[in-house]
Amino acid sequence: MPELPVFPPTVSPEAKPFWDATAEGKILLPKCNDCGTVIWYPRTTCPECMSSDVSWFEASGRGTIYSFAVVRRNGGPWRDALPYVLAYVELEEGPRILTNIVDTIDLECGQSVEAVFADTGEGNALVRFKTV
Amino acid sequence: MSINGKAFIAGAYEHPDREIKGKSLARIHAEVAYGALQDAGLSVDDVDGYFCAGDAPGFGGISMAEYLGFSKLRHIDSTETGGSSYVVAVGHAAEAIAAGKCSVAVITLAGAPRAAGMRVLGGGGGRGRGWGDTPEVSFEGPFGPNVLGFYALAARRHMYEFGTTSEQLAWIRVAASKHASHNPHALLRDVVTVEDVLHSPMVADPLHRLDSCVITDGGGAVIVVSPEVARDLERKSVKILGHGEGVKHTNNGHIDLTYTAAVISGKQAFEEAGVTPSDIDYASIYDSFTITVLIQIEDLGFCEKGKGGAFVSDGALESPNGVLPFNTDGGGLCNNHPNNRGGMTKVIEAVRQLRGEANAPVQVPDCQIALAHGTGGTIGARHGSGTVILGQPDA
Repeated sequence: MPELPVFPPTVSPEAKPFWDATAEGKILLPKCNDCGTVIWYPRTTCPECMSSDVSWFEASGRGTIYSFAVVRRNGGPWRDALPYVLAYVELEEGPRILTNIVDTIDLECGQSVEAVFADTGEGNALVRFKTV
Repeated sequence: MSINGKAFIAGAYEHPDREIKGKSLARIHAEVAYGALQDAGLSVDDVDGYFCAGDAPGFGGISMAEYLGFSKLRHIDSTETGGSSYVVAVGHAAEAIAAGKCSVAVITLAGAPRAAGMRVLGGGGGRGRGWGDTPEVSFEGPFGPNVLGFYALAARRHMYEFGTTSEQLAWIRVAASKHASHNPHALLRDVVTVEDVLHSPMVADPLHRLDSCVITDGGGAVIVVSPEVARDLERKSVKILGHGEGVKHTNNGHIDLTYTAAVISGKQAFEEAGVTPSDIDYASIYDSFTITVLIQIEDLGFCEKGKGGAFVSDGALESPNGVLPFNTDGGGLCNNHPNNRGGMTKVIEAVRQLRGEANAPVQVPDCQIALAHGTGGTIGARHGSGTVILGQPDA
């Protein structure tokens, strides 16, 4: 599999705990202290109940493939990475997150995956996944 | 308040070119705006409402109002819902007219991505930065989510949950190509077979190149007017019977890729029009990809959720003999997808069908009620939908 390009994120003030944790190989998710919902993508206002009382907890890093695409045409920095896998992974904690599967294009919906972390060089990492 | 019967589409114009070099974006907007006004038998002095979207250059709709010579505007709307903006705008214009806020509304779309060299949908996507303050960007952009990939995600999940096949999707392209063969302006006029689609290269598994729409320049415009204005025009108008719009997004990490906002917009449009899917003689269905058509046909209620694959097979979408004649201009798949925004041409072909002015071999006989539906953004993440239902002037 070709190496995927790594783009540093824009770190919003509200998502900084998420990004800081990725540098240590951890996925921190925000959870609403008032209604208990797990929030994705990371932010500190609850889209279910409007609360701003949000705390962070560590996710397991395990999940299953909700859907995946094998992208064979793209330009720019992605050209050299073709074909690559774009996927939604459903984390054990619930959220379906957009990501890449890095180790194979031979996949199925429902397959188990675990997180890997791609260092951006800016004090954080991108959360990608590999099959288990 | 219902808009049913309170506004009419009096003019429609599709730019005849598919690649436009040496003209500014504003000029192309002017060509389609004036083309539609001339079709209606109206002039810039009659216009008191202007509706545009993110493709209009300048400051909202204000720069183009000046360029176009609209000096009597009393209503302006620049709602942006991507490719569905122009379907939504028909509804907004009807609302404004029904409320007495304007009586002659112009809606424009223009663009020239093909002349600028674009050949792959979302060919640069994506990156972690570059969309300003867009809140989701850092959680999606770094993973290379181009348009092809996003729609392939939806196709894959539909196949997984319902057993939909690539062959079933291919039937949608086959029907569009047959329709395009009768359209002298279509970018792609060759009739293709199911095998042609299945043997075309994969662009993002499970979607093939021929599951994808074309990339074209140009645009279009429609004129929405009050019943009083319509009555005095020589040209045949079509009545706006109903409209709906909707937004669907990733829903706090719980995205369900098997349906679109057509569930929301279609229901409202049918209720307002007082008709059901079985009443629709012709349907313009947004066709950025074959999978877009299939999912929306289910969402609009033409068949049960999950049964779209069987529904679209074996020529069901071909005009005039199929169960649901669709996109008789060849659609975005074969004819035209100007500026990567297909909603305008969806409305225009529905108007042609109701006027009896579609290309003769694909004209639906005695077309009484037509539907035009658009999706803007991506069904793989977030999008806005618009549905309008149109009828004969005496409907």
